[in-house]
Amino acid sequence: MARYVVNRLAQAFMLLVIVSAIGFAILHMAPGGPLSQFAVSGQMTQDDLDRVTKQLGLDRPLPIQYLDWFGRMLKGDWGKSYRDGEAVLSVISSHLGATLELMATATIIAVLLGCWIGILGALRRYSLFDTLATVGAMIALSIPTFWFGLVTIYVFSVKLGWLPAGNRQTVGDGSFLDLLHHLIAPALVLALVETAMWGRFMRSSMLEVISQDYIRTARAKGLPEWRILTVHGLRNALLPMITVAGLQFPTLLGGALVAETVFTWPGMGRLFLDSIGYRDYPVVMGILMFSATMVLIGSLLADILYAVVDPRIRVG
Amino acid sequence: MATASLSTVQLAPGQAAWRRFRRHRLALAGAVIILVLVLGSAIGPYLLPFDDTYIDIMKRFAPPLSGAHILGTDELGRDVLARLMMGGRVSLSIGIVAMVMAMAVGIVVGAFAGFYGGVVGAVLMRLVDAVLCFPTIFLLLALAALTEPGLVTTTILIAATAWMAVARVVEAQVRSLREREFAVAALAFGSSNLRIMFRELVPNAIAPIVVSATLNVAKAILLESYVSYLGYGIQPPAASWGNMLNNAQIYLTSAPWLAIVPGVAITLAVTSLNFLGDGLRDALDPRMNIP
Repeated sequence: MARYVVNRLAQAFMLLVIVSAIGFAILHMAPGGPLSQFAVSGQMTQDDLDRVTKQLGLDRPLPIQYLDWFGRMLKGDWGKSYRDGEAVLSVISSHLGATLELMATATIIAVLLGCWIGILGALRRYSLFDTLATVGAMIALSIPTFWFGLVTIYVFSVKLGWLPAGNRQTVGDGSFLDLLHHLIAPALVLALVETAMWGRFMRSSMLEVISQDYIRTARAKGLPEWRILTVHGLRNALLPMITVAGLQFPTLLGGALVAETVFTWPGMGRLFLDSIGYRDYPVVMGILMFSATMVLIGSLLADILYAVVDPRIRVG
Repeated sequence: MATASLSTVQLAPGQAAWRRFRRHRLALAGAVIILVLVLGSAIGPYLLPFDDTYIDIMKRFAPPLSGAHILGTDELGRDVLARLMMGGRVSLSIGIVAMVMAMAVGIVVGAFAGFYGGVVGAVLMRLVDAVLCFPTIFLLLALAALTEPGLVTTTILIAATAWMAVARVVEAQVRSLREREFAVAALAFGSSNLRIMFRELVPNAIAPIVVSATLNVAKAILLESYVSYLGYGIQPPAASWGNMLNNAQIYLTSAPWLAIVPGVAITLAVTSLNFLGDGLRDALDPRMNIP
């Protein structure tokens, strides 16, 4: 087990190096490179720019610069925002809470609803429910998230007036009920795609498990059907879902960005778009690297957790 | 004694695939809808008396089915149907061209990684893993923010963020196909590595590649709608399905059709392509069973 974890950690670190190299390359694609901010302001002459370039070490060979940059990333020095000079990492962390709240709520909805639909679909394969669920999942995966958000706002905010059209809370309010009221629509919109994915994976996982020999053995032993399905079936069918959680993470983050935009939710995705608007490259790159690192850690945790619950994985 | 003449009708592989595909009604419907959308976008604008960029400030916000404008007019009095058709040309073309580019990169990367394996394969596939770590929309927007937005850049950037899945599919196929007799025979025959890769192995992996390509068009159309909706894709006055939704949120109360019409078009196109891909998967390779 320890060997597996060490191996997997080494793999993850290597991936982080490649991910950071891609991030570094994109940063240097920025018009004017890392100094674009000063070049654009027009307050610096070419002489000043040359001097700053030397001071910041931007005249050194690119590989050296990359190592320097990567080292500072590891230490937590992610540069400063062009907009207000605040450290990038603290700008990101001040917006992270809202995003995590949205993602966690959507995930809870998606896991409960998706697993329920998937299990029922697998047990009543090719029934009307199963067919509708399969077709519905495909449509849910095809609807652009932002447009579904617009439709939700139109129906529930404009027409029915049940839900607020955006923001995390009413100004001056901030009670639990008010926060919940604002959370419903964006969380449901984000949960749509996730529910579809969880349902599909749960269905195929459950189908695979109930065709296994040990289920037949359990039936032969004369165990009651509910016991076979829950204790023998469901427990084993849920295990691979850990991997799905890891796989789904990038989609979830991307969906959060879109949902936050439509519902003016003050999270990391919204910050990302605002920063793009301000050409605040350090924050843009910071969020890009941050989200990629989160995805990396997510899949690492999913793999390790899966190895813990399913010993067969540890070999190889 | 009469010999029992139980003749089995031998179907050509193509015929069998077509039979399986025909059974998949939703895939058939998807194909028909895609055809209608493509033809409508290609021919439609010539049949319509309105120009997609003609601004008629006296007739702004005309609702659908009121007078000459079938789908109404937008905030500048432009005909929504004309914009939908011209936008369809842009969105569908981006979907197809980006798919072709993504397939080209993905097939080459996957073929090299799967054929050579070892260090080459490991490096290429770790690169694929690394790019997949970036949530697509974040990567796409970051790249779009650093470049000049437009038709060509948007297409290239979408392809740049969509080739990885294809590379994975092709790598797995090539890795297993290269051990088969026909590949070994080609090697013994003295064929060059490149010839074996692209004339023997890749053509034999055509079924998953076609499925992947279909799903890739759907993905590219979705991505175009995301970047253009957020203002970093196709720039007005040119229309695309994504940028038609750009201002729609502001007029949600007074002119909801501006939001509904392009969204329905995107959803129809993407759903149809996804069902088509599903049907093709069942038809071309019954063994493939990916959820």
